[in-house]
Amino acid sequence: MKIHEFQAKDLFRKFGIPVPSGTLATTPSQAVENARSIPGPPWVVKAQIHAGGRGKGGGVRLVRSLEEMSKAVDDILSNPLITPQTGPTGQKVRQVLIEEGLEIEREFYLGMVIDRKLESPVMIFSQAGGMEIEEVSAQHPELVLIEAIDSIQGFMPYQARNFFYALDPMPDKSILKDFSATMIRLYKLFLSKDCSLVEINPLVLTKSGNVVALDAKINVDDNALFRQKEIAQLHDPYEMDELEVKAAESNLNYIRLDGNIGAMVNGAGLAMATMDVIKLAGAEPANFLDVGGGASEEMVTNGLKIILSDERVKAVLINIFGGIMRCDVLARGVVKAAEEVEINVPLIVRLEGTNVEEGREILKHSDLDFSVAQDIEEAARMVAKQVN
Amino acid sequence: MGILVDENTKVVVQGITGNEGTFHAKQMLAYGTNIVAGVTPGKGGEEVEGIPVLNRVKDAVGIYSANTSCIFVPPPFAADAMIEAADAGIDVIVCITEGIPTLDMIKVVTFIRKCGAVLIGPNTPGIISPGKTKVGIMPGHVHKQGGIGVLSRSGTLTYEVVDQLTRVGLGQSTCIGLGGDPIVGASFVDHLQRFKEDRETKGVVLIGEIGGTAEEEAAEYIEEEFDKPVAAFIAGQTAPPGRRMGHAGAIISGGKGKAEDKIHALQSHGITVVLNLGQLGKTALQVFT
Repeated sequence: MKIHEFQAKDLFRKFGIPVPSGTLATTPSQAVENARSIPGPPWVVKAQIHAGGRGKGGGVRLVRSLEEMSKAVDDILSNPLITPQTGPTGQKVRQVLIEEGLEIEREFYLGMVIDRKLESPVMIFSQAGGMEIEEVSAQHPELVLIEAIDSIQGFMPYQARNFFYALDPMPDKSILKDFSATMIRLYKLFLSKDCSLVEINPLVLTKSGNVVALDAKINVDDNALFRQKEIAQLHDPYEMDELEVKAAESNLNYIRLDGNIGAMVNGAGLAMATMDVIKLAGAEPANFLDVGGGASEEMVTNGLKIILSDERVKAVLINIFGGIMRCDVLARGVVKAAEEVEINVPLIVRLEGTNVEEGREILKHSDLDFSVAQDIEEAARMVAKQVN
Repeated sequence: MGILVDENTKVVVQGITGNEGTFHAKQMLAYGTNIVAGVTPGKGGEEVEGIPVLNRVKDAVGIYSANTSCIFVPPPFAADAMIEAADAGIDVIVCITEGIPTLDMIKVVTFIRKCGAVLIGPNTPGIISPGKTKVGIMPGHVHKQGGIGVLSRSGTLTYEVVDQLTRVGLGQSTCIGLGGDPIVGASFVDHLQRFKEDRETKGVVLIGEIGGTAEEEAAEYIEEEFDKPVAAFIAGQTAPPGRRMGHAGAIISGGKGKAEDKIHALQSHGITVVLNLGQLGKTALQVFT
């Protein structure tokens, strides 16, 4: 689960990681009003959306007067922000963060992530701050330093020194104390909030010698939300596609894509493979939908309805290999959906596994107009026919 | 033969009195699995399908000689259940549970590596040596005993592949679901090392997906150390970056973990990669006969 920059900075404050003074606003006049309570000019106006690359789309602006601020806020809130990560139509910005403008001496990158190969959280540090860390990693790997964190020892002071004493040029040694403290606090935050990623890019050294997190990005492990109720409350439904919101309400695993063939599958791996099969057949998958092992008739009905509410869908492929999920349950769910929702696109059904004969019988005796595929090959051929 | 589980496997089902635990214990018994006990703390003394329920895993080991555990415990309590099993001396721990926090799994694998137990999962359908025993939730009837080892990060995709193998006459020695989470108990390489020593296994099918580098590491190991034929399939060629595709571990992040990179790594180490799932059975016949 992602949270906004301003929410991440609130957490940073709680953990003692210094951030610029800032205030949130949803209108230009509110921005100007609230800005009186924070140091400036200059100020920085920052669009609050989850997608990265905001600066590239004009979503981060330095302003030197309240009129300039008002215009910038108005502009950002009135037009969808298009960044390399939002897609071409961009994203509506609902709130902005106004911060004091700081005088920056140097920029660094500081982050933490779970390294799957090491099976441990790692702290990542680079003196190439304020840049795309993946590019730095590709072109100057020697500038990206990594410290694996032992689960019993935690992040140790010597590890902060490993980072600090590699800096070239070396800043004043008096900075080490604040650096080290920031890193240890970042580690504590990561653990206590069940994060999967925390990024400070850039972490800056101001001209007055302070270490400050100029940006903040926090992703929290979805699997941990049951024990991170406060973080779960920070969820922003506007950041999700509306069909995905509906699917989440029915406990369905649904991701909307750009294509024209909808798919309903049981099991994430099989769902991904089914999307791939659709593509190989010359069509484009409209969605990923995993109804899971224990899906009830209701979930199947809801899943079908959600797929069908996407106007781009020209046909639907239902691919079920029943293990825990029984083919007769699925078949009943599909029939029920047909009774509740008008299915005016071709339906291709492929069933195999537990209770497959019952499932096929139920479909045969319903009023549904559909094609039955015996195996994946046949299902793919039927899909291809739909598109040509 | 086969690896890790066979006719000598004695299973304790942790969480046996819950809906999932009871349902699948019944299914395992029907397959012929030797379930010696169940554990649900506080329900010791009860019975499920004739299986005695105990309070502690150490009792399942001490009284009934359980050597393998199948865990159906909800996410908040699953890490504790796995560590309890390892500490009690269980050799093979199979954790079906999906939704366990990643930081919990880091603690679990750290502990389990010290104990020497083998953890399969979490978020796995389990492990089956067809004809001998099934420890998990896979549909036994699509499997057939034979010489192909199957290693997969998926659930139903594995059944699809196994079904195709069975239909072309390629039976399976042992099929293992590694688990769909980012941190799992054992890797492709770990199990390939076991298949290498197993005389019943003549070849291996590897089913991967986006996320992480497990397939790339397997590719290197296979070229350097594994002489038996291998065929692979990778799901997620059409997955968009940055989205979690169902499995917590199925995510392309920071540009890494793409299906095409895995396919390329496998092919460049001499491994046949099936690109079209519908062709898997046919291709496997060519690779393994």
